[in-house]
Amino acid sequence: MLDPKKLEAIRKELQAWEKTELAAFQARRPERQKSFTTLSGREVKRLYSPPDIADFDYVEKLGFPGQYPFTRGPYPTMYRAQPWTMRQIAGFGTAGATNERFKFLIAQGQTGLSVDFDMPTLMGYDSDDPRAFGEVGREGVAVDTLADLEDLFDGIDLGGISVSMTINPTAWILLAMYVALAEKRGIPLEQLSGTVQNDIIKEFTAQKEWIYPVKPSLRIVRDSIIYSVRHLPRYNPVNISGYHIREAGSTAVQEAAFTLAAGIAYVEEVRKTGLDVDAFAPRLSFYFISHSDFFEEVAKFRAARRVWARIMKERFGAMRPESMRLRFHCQTAGSSLTAAQPMNNVVRTAYQAMAAVLGGCQSLHTNGMDEALAIPSEAAMRLALRTQQILLEETGVAHSVDPLGGSYLVETLTDQTEREIWTYLDRIDGFGGTVAALERNFFQQEIADSAYAYQVAKERGEKIVVGVNRFREDEPEEPSIPLHSIDPRTEQTQKERLARVKRDRDSGRIRKLLDELKEVARTDQNLMPVTIECVRAYTTEGEIVNALKEAFGLYREPIVF
Amino acid sequence: MTERKIRILVAKPGLDGHDRGAKVVARALRDAGFEVIYTGLHQTPEQIVATAVQEDVDVIGLSVLSGTHMLVFPRILALLRQQGAEHITLIGGGTMLPKEMRELKAIGVAALWGVDSSTQEIVAWIRDRFSSTAR
Repeated sequence: MLDPKKLEAIRKELQAWEKTELAAFQARRPERQKSFTTLSGREVKRLYSPPDIADFDYVEKLGFPGQYPFTRGPYPTMYRAQPWTMRQIAGFGTAGATNERFKFLIAQGQTGLSVDFDMPTLMGYDSDDPRAFGEVGREGVAVDTLADLEDLFDGIDLGGISVSMTINPTAWILLAMYVALAEKRGIPLEQLSGTVQNDIIKEFTAQKEWIYPVKPSLRIVRDSIIYSVRHLPRYNPVNISGYHIREAGSTAVQEAAFTLAAGIAYVEEVRKTGLDVDAFAPRLSFYFISHSDFFEEVAKFRAARRVWARIMKERFGAMRPESMRLRFHCQTAGSSLTAAQPMNNVVRTAYQAMAAVLGGCQSLHTNGMDEALAIPSEAAMRLALRTQQILLEETGVAHSVDPLGGSYLVETLTDQTEREIWTYLDRIDGFGGTVAALERNFFQQEIADSAYAYQVAKERGEKIVVGVNRFREDEPEEPSIPLHSIDPRTEQTQKERLARVKRDRDSGRIRKLLDELKEVARTDQNLMPVTIECVRAYTTEGEIVNALKEAFGLYREPIVF
Repeated sequence: MTERKIRILVAKPGLDGHDRGAKVVARALRDAGFEVIYTGLHQTPEQIVATAVQEDVDVIGLSVLSGTHMLVFPRILALLRQQGAEHITLIGGGTMLPKEMRELKAIGVAALWGVDSSTQEIVAWIRDRFSSTAR
């Protein structure tokens, strides 16, 4: 807080400047727009100065890195001790094909793995299911049984590298496979580090991969969190995600607010079992987008950390600092990339990556320049990884913790974002909480409205996209960059493999295990141990999913647009 | 005599959940005065064609961002033929290459738009198409 006398003097100087210098300049040279707004449509002033943060209480608002309320970062020295994990997601074709891409990325200096699964795996269909037709191995890697996971991580030291798996309604099955694989290889479970996305709430609101209704889906998340905190102390059993909310069209504030609202729902769900909040909250992790509006994004990351710290301390009475400390993975914005002039995407991604780092991310995926056209090619992924390496090694932005802290603009935006997040959280509580708001389609409608408002602004030319609605060029008939091509044999290869696995297993034992699974589903016991038994015997993902449809039912989508 | 509004089915085939484009287009078409039905997600080609026939639509608009467009569009065209519903105009959009768009148009997809397109282009195209055909 500034000395009131000094602040008064600054205010006077500011007014004088506005009347003289600024007025005279404006008369000669009017500003080029009536107003300047962020990507989310928030108006930004010409200048920020001490009067904008007059009541700013440093200790209360910022504190020091690694300390409550963690605005400046979750760790005391941030990237000086440990650079963010460079984690490029990969997944396509068969497990063997993705395994090769993983080894390529590790050889290029990547420090963590991240798996993208194909749509059938994400939605709980085996590769031989009619609903999987045409989608096997297309948008990610196909995994039907433990045998595929064995191939996927062949020759990769799972005790030494952290592995993130982007999967949701079927997350518990993949987690079970991961545990079974580690046990098979003799790796102690305490050594496993990584993350499974497992955030079903944002599936209902934004990413739209679901199987069961809301309540049993939450129970599955709960069970995997509880299993994980007991057996996998270094593993993040849920990655509470704003990325998809933003990609579906939300504003920055909605992204942060709806993500934290999902976090609140998971904490409540696990606490209902009687588990102490400090026993599991430190293992909750988050995932945000880093979009194009630089300062808005930096402010969002800082505000999200502060709000989460307050929620954990004040709402849930957490005692351990680790429970209040928000850690997040970050990915640059896929929807900001254009099919036109694809090389421009390299530049967009680099700026977005810098915002993520200045906002204090713990790991980062930078998008390939070709993502508006196809699955990223090896060359595009290498360049995206090099973008991060240049950021870390050459720009110097990682030398100092929270280097934008104290900026009049960034602190003002951080405060604004925080206030707007709280307003949303109050509204959500007004519905009776996150699940109640979800069941009333609140999130879905808010996101659809924002997406439409953005599209209208873009079409009116109020939002400029270089190469699309400004600085267009005649596009060449064929893309100017080489693209990844899909192996047409994948589906057949995978189906044959699945048939072989099914032939070689003990089908009597599978039937018995599936009956046990159904039995556990009807009680309130944890689903994880029996699921691990199932996958160990090479029960397929689809068999497990189908077995539970009877007990749990199916989710029905409300049509909102 | 009131003229019947043009009826459009906006549909999302397959397992992919990227419905931002489908929803934005559906809303823009509705705001432009068309009658819009949105299927929701995870539809099979059979379900989409059945809905189109049942709802007596003039246009089906498919949104495909999963890379399966070269399978889905031909399949829908074949099903429309089987059902004697070739009069329904099939259009679509998503992540696809110029070469693929040419191939799809050659087999009977009336119009396609890439991911950077404006909703107003789509509105204008539909208006134009149906102003020239006597209904």
